[in-house]
Amino acid sequence: MSAALATDAAASAVAAPRKPARGLEPARGTRWAIGLTVGILFAIPLVATLLYTFRDPLTGGLSAANWVRVFDPGNTQVLTPIWTGLGNSLVLAVVTVAIVLVVLLPTMILIELRYPRLGSAFEFVALLPISIPAIVLVVGLAPIYLQIGRALGTGAWTLAFAYGITVLPFAYRSIRASIGAVDLKTLAEAARSLGASWIEVIVHVLVPNLRQGLLAASLISVAVVLGEFTIASLLNRQVLQTALVVANKIDPYASAIFTLLSLLFVFLLLLAISRAARSRTGRTPS
Amino acid sequence: MTTTDTPSAGEAIRALPRTSDNSLLADAGEGTRVEFRGVLKDYGPTRVLHDFTLDIAPGEFVSLLGPSGCGKTTALRVLAGLEPSSGGAVLLGGRDVSGIPTNRRDIGMVFQSYSLFPHLRVVDNVAFGLRRRRVAKRDAAERAHDALALVGLGHLSARYPHQLSGGQQQRVALARALVTEPRVLLLDEPLSALDAKVRVQLRDEIRRIQLRLGITTVFVTHDQEEALAVSDRIAVMNAGRIEQVGTPEDLYLRPASPGVAAFVGVSSVVPGVVRAGEVHVWSERLPLQAATAAEGPVEVFVRPENVRLVGAGGVPSTVQESTFLGSFRRTLVRTGDGTLLTVQHAATERVEYDDVVRIAFTEAPVVVRPRALGSAT
Repeated sequence: MSAALATDAAASAVAAPRKPARGLEPARGTRWAIGLTVGILFAIPLVATLLYTFRDPLTGGLSAANWVRVFDPGNTQVLTPIWTGLGNSLVLAVVTVAIVLVVLLPTMILIELRYPRLGSAFEFVALLPISIPAIVLVVGLAPIYLQIGRALGTGAWTLAFAYGITVLPFAYRSIRASIGAVDLKTLAEAARSLGASWIEVIVHVLVPNLRQGLLAASLISVAVVLGEFTIASLLNRQVLQTALVVANKIDPYASAIFTLLSLLFVFLLLLAISRAARSRTGRTPS
Repeated sequence: MTTTDTPSAGEAIRALPRTSDNSLLADAGEGTRVEFRGVLKDYGPTRVLHDFTLDIAPGEFVSLLGPSGCGKTTALRVLAGLEPSSGGAVLLGGRDVSGIPTNRRDIGMVFQSYSLFPHLRVVDNVAFGLRRRRVAKRDAAERAHDALALVGLGHLSARYPHQLSGGQQQRVALARALVTEPRVLLLDEPLSALDAKVRVQLRDEIRRIQLRLGITTVFVTHDQEEALAVSDRIAVMNAGRIEQVGTPEDLYLRPASPGVAAFVGVSSVVPGVVRAGEVHVWSERLPLQAATAAEGPVEVFVRPENVRLVGAGGVPSTVQESTFLGSFRRTLVRTGDGTLLTVQHAATERVEYDDVVRIAFTEAPVVVRPRALGSAT
């Protein structure tokens, strides 16, 4: 779900708002009805989970006992795997974002400026992972990770290579939309004519103008990495989602609490994206 | 890189402080010689520049004029280093720059589309090139303000590009291109996105600044009026080749080919016959621009100002339309054999649709080409 939300947020982050033509806009009542229906649909499981975390297992009434127990520093049986998993996931998020910024971005700029004919082929390749189930991906990646394990060790961070593939479609769409919104070629040529090296062109001209897309791509990558379970589990790495499964076996309330917290974190990330989008589209075009 | 301390005519007229890193300007005095030597450019199997050779003197304003797809922008981009040539050489100040990347050619360029950096304020846009040359931030900002004052936009330095009109953006782009005191200024149809009035204003301003700074300038345009108005010389291009290089007067009064005659200025094409070194058009005899024209039937290019309305004699014609253009009128007439011809005459000589008038030619030399099937006007 977070991936789907992420794609929507990415699209809104980089596309200019389009006002519907007068007369085609739904009535205020209809808008509220649609909003409420969808809101209730999404809220029911979240509210149910929240209420569950406040349920006293003995009396069945509401209490904060579960929250207090889970966050008790002495509760190492639950907290240790969660903190380890969270730490690994955050490292993975950073490395995955680095892959997006260091590998994907320069590639897309190169294709845009020098090899535009490769654009559609690259788009196909970049969007392909969205159609491949994670379980299938793991089957292909397992032998590669045998080699990676020998060469780089079995640290959780090595999962970032696989995550770099899974976030590719989302990161690609975000950056692509940003590239489409500016005349990258003319800006790059203008900067070159003014004496800028290619590194200076990228750092001083292109990146600032693709800032929104890069921000969206980065935050979506973080969201995807924090929500990923299948690949980590099948490749025996401990990340947040696998830690939640472990915690669930020990204390189901802990699992529910951390699931809610991670959803809140992703929600805040996506809120940041849409705020960034507003700050951009608030500018008046000439 | 050095500064030049030599007092020269340019010293007095230069408004911009010299950059400490522009030795080439110092070498050249004022402006830099630009040479295209047999430049070829291929896109796959298609050759878009054929043996392109052009010598531009230091401080000269040369326009590359031609229809869309004639290769004029490609020639400019090869000069800028934005496109590699497929053969030949490009020389700046006598040095072959074919292998030198764009950022080290020391050029200033203004593009057709608005190319200001949207994330930078106007002053930072203008200072961009100076900062890339490691000029201190404060010094760069001061010089950027000077350059903006030169284009009359000193008061807008704190704005962002999206807060400027199209004309203002192109002025800023011009200031940005000039502030580094480049060896050569390249203008790639910088006026084509502007409305007519702003276009004329900015065109004249570009020329004024160019004369003031003495910078060698190459101006690409498909608008012959623009080229005629500002250029020292014009290279008329067609299908990747230069058809004629000359002053605006040369091109207009002495076009070397029918193509140039047709492209530069307004011409009517009328049937004629070359006989004994003259061309016979209806009952009139006109001198030839090129005495080498082969005898026989030809198409003759006649300027509107070389045709006049006469009271008696001449060729009887019927008025098709007449346009008031301020101090004069242009009237389209149809002769008895169906040829359409534009006549320029005094605004006071009013004619109406379907009036029968008589036209005659002045003695100006004309350009001809062997007659093809059907003739256009």
